[in-house]
Amino acid sequence: MPAAIPPLAIEVTDVTVAYANGNVALQNATFTLGAGTICALVGVNGSGKSTLFKAIMGFLRPAKGQVRIAGRSVEESRKQKLVAYVPQAEEVDWTFPVSVWDVVMMGRYGHMNFLRIPRTEDKRVAEECLERVGMSGLKDRQIGELSGGQRKRVFLARALAQKGRIMLLDEPFTGVDVQTETAIIELLRALREEGHIILVSTHNLGSVPEFCDQVVLVNRTVLAFGPTEIVFTEDNLTRAFGGVLRQFHFAQSTIQEHDGRTVKLLTDDERPLVFGKDGHLEYTDRLGREKLVKKREMEVGE
Amino acid sequence: MTDLLTPFHYEYMVKAILVSGLIGGVCAFLSCFITLKGWSLMGDALSHAIVPGVSLAWMLGLPFSVGAFVAGILAALGMGWVKHNSRLREDAVIGVVFTSFFALGLLLLSLYPSNLNLRTIIFGNILAISDPDILQVLIISAGAILILGLKWRDLLLYCFDEGHARSIGLNTRFLHFLLLALLSATAVAALQTVGACLVVAMLVTPGATAYLLTDRFGRMLGIATLTGVLCGVVGAYASYFLNGSTGGCIVVLQTVIFLVALAFAPKHGLLAARAQRRAAASA
Repeated sequence: MPAAIPPLAIEVTDVTVAYANGNVALQNATFTLGAGTICALVGVNGSGKSTLFKAIMGFLRPAKGQVRIAGRSVEESRKQKLVAYVPQAEEVDWTFPVSVWDVVMMGRYGHMNFLRIPRTEDKRVAEECLERVGMSGLKDRQIGELSGGQRKRVFLARALAQKGRIMLLDEPFTGVDVQTETAIIELLRALREEGHIILVSTHNLGSVPEFCDQVVLVNRTVLAFGPTEIVFTEDNLTRAFGGVLRQFHFAQSTIQEHDGRTVKLLTDDERPLVFGKDGHLEYTDRLGREKLVKKREMEVGE
Repeated sequence: MTDLLTPFHYEYMVKAILVSGLIGGVCAFLSCFITLKGWSLMGDALSHAIVPGVSLAWMLGLPFSVGAFVAGILAALGMGWVKHNSRLREDAVIGVVFTSFFALGLLLLSLYPSNLNLRTIIFGNILAISDPDILQVLIISAGAILILGLKWRDLLLYCFDEGHARSIGLNTRFLHFLLLALLSATAVAALQTVGACLVVAMLVTPGATAYLLTDRFGRMLGIATLTGVLCGVVGAYASYFLNGSTGGCIVVLQTVIFLVALAFAPKHGLLAARAQRRAAASA
C-alpha cells in the first residue's frame, strides 16, 4: 500500500536559530500554515524574517526545534522541490550576462537531467510562466535592462517554473510600480486558489489586509500568528514594531471638522503625506501651528 | 616571407605555440566563471599558493602537478577555515594565507634546490617544457574541458544565485570545491607557460574582456576562449622574434585586447558610455 501523501503544510515548532557569532536571531518561534493561503511575514529589519526563510529552506539548521514541510524534513522537501524562493532585488547581480529566458530556465534545473539540457516540457513550462507574469515579449533581454517591476516578474516566473507548492517572497513590493504590485497580488491570489502556500515578507503594512488572509508577526520570535483580522491589531503591531512605527493621529493633527471625510492620505510606506479638504497640507501636530489652525477656521467659518 | 615560418622549424617552438594555445584556451574558458563569481583575487592567491607544493612534490618524487594541486586545495581550505573562524574580511584572509604559502615555497626552494629552479616556477619557461610536462598539461586540460563541458550550467547557476541553486537541490558545497579544484588544476597547468606571477592574468583577463563585449554567457565563453587561444598562440610565436619572455608576450597581448575592448566595446565600452551621456544630455 503506498504511503498516504501528507497534506501541504509548513510547521515551525519551537525553532531557535543562533549564528556562529553567538547572535540569536530567532527564539522559540512557532507557527503553522495550511494549504491555500497568502500569509504576510511582518516585522522590523533584523527581526528574524530572513532567518525564518532560511530555516524553512533548510539553509540554517535550528539549534532547537524543527521545521517540517508537508510532514517531511526540510532536506526531504528540498528533494521534492516543494519550496520556491523569490529573492530581494538587492540579492541579485543584475549585470550578470544572462537573459530573462536563461533565468526562468534555471527554475527548471531541478527537473532536468544531469546535463541540464532542457526538454520540450521544460521549454513549454518556461513559456507558460513567462506568459503568466506578462513577460513573454522580453525573454531575450539581459536582466539588467529591465525596470524594477519587470525584474521582480522574472524571478516570480522562475519560482513558478520550479512548480513548487510553497512560495517564499522576500520584500516583493520594494522598488516596484503600482501596476506590477497589482499584477503580483493577482497572481498570488490565483496561486492561493490552486492551493499553494505563499509566505510574503513585507514592510508594506497597508497592503497586508488587502491581500493576505493570514499574518505572522515576528520580533526575534513569533509574537502572533493567525487570520489577518485577528492578528493585525494595533496592539500586536505596537508589540512588533515598538516605537518604530510611524504614526499619524488625526485628533492631534491639523485636520479639523471642515475637512470632513475628504482627507486624502498619501504614503510610500514612510510618513504619510496628508491633504485636507481643499488640498491644503496637513501637519501631524497642532502644537506650534495654532495660527494656521485659526486661519483655516476663519476661512471656512467654523 | 620564409622568415615568418622560421619558428615552425624548431620543434620546441611548435610545442610551445601549441601548448600555450591550449592552456590559454582552457584558462580563458574557466576565467568566465572566475570573473563572474568574483574570484579573481582567489585565482591570484591560488596560483602563488601552489609553489610549496611544487617543491615538496620534487622532494617526494611525485609529478609536480600533484603537489601543486594539493597545495592549492590546502590553501583554499585554509582560507575558508580562517574566514569562518575569525572576524577578518575575506581579502585580509586571502592575503595572509597565500603569502604564507608562497613564502614557504620560496624557503623550501632555496633550502632544497631542485631541478625546477625558482625562476622557472615564478616566471615560467614554456620553451624548455619537457614531454612528461606536456603530458601533464594535456591531462589537466582534457579533464578541465570535460568537467566544464558537463557541468557548466550548474556552475553558472552557482555563480549567479547560490541560494537558488541550493533551494532546487544542487550540492553547492560540491560545486564550490569543483570550481576551486578546476582553478587550482588550471593554475598548475598554466604555471609552466607564464609562471606563478602571471597565471592570474590568464585566469582573469580573457573573461574580463569578453564580459565587456557581450551580455550573453554563451557568447562570453566563445569570445574568452577565442582570445585565450589566440593570445597563447600568437604570443608564443611573437616571442621568438622579440626574443623575449613567452609569458610576458602572451599576457601583454591579452592586455592589449582588453584595453581595446575597454575603449571600443559596443555597449559597455568607454566610448559607448560617452556617446550615451552625450545623447542623454542633448535629448
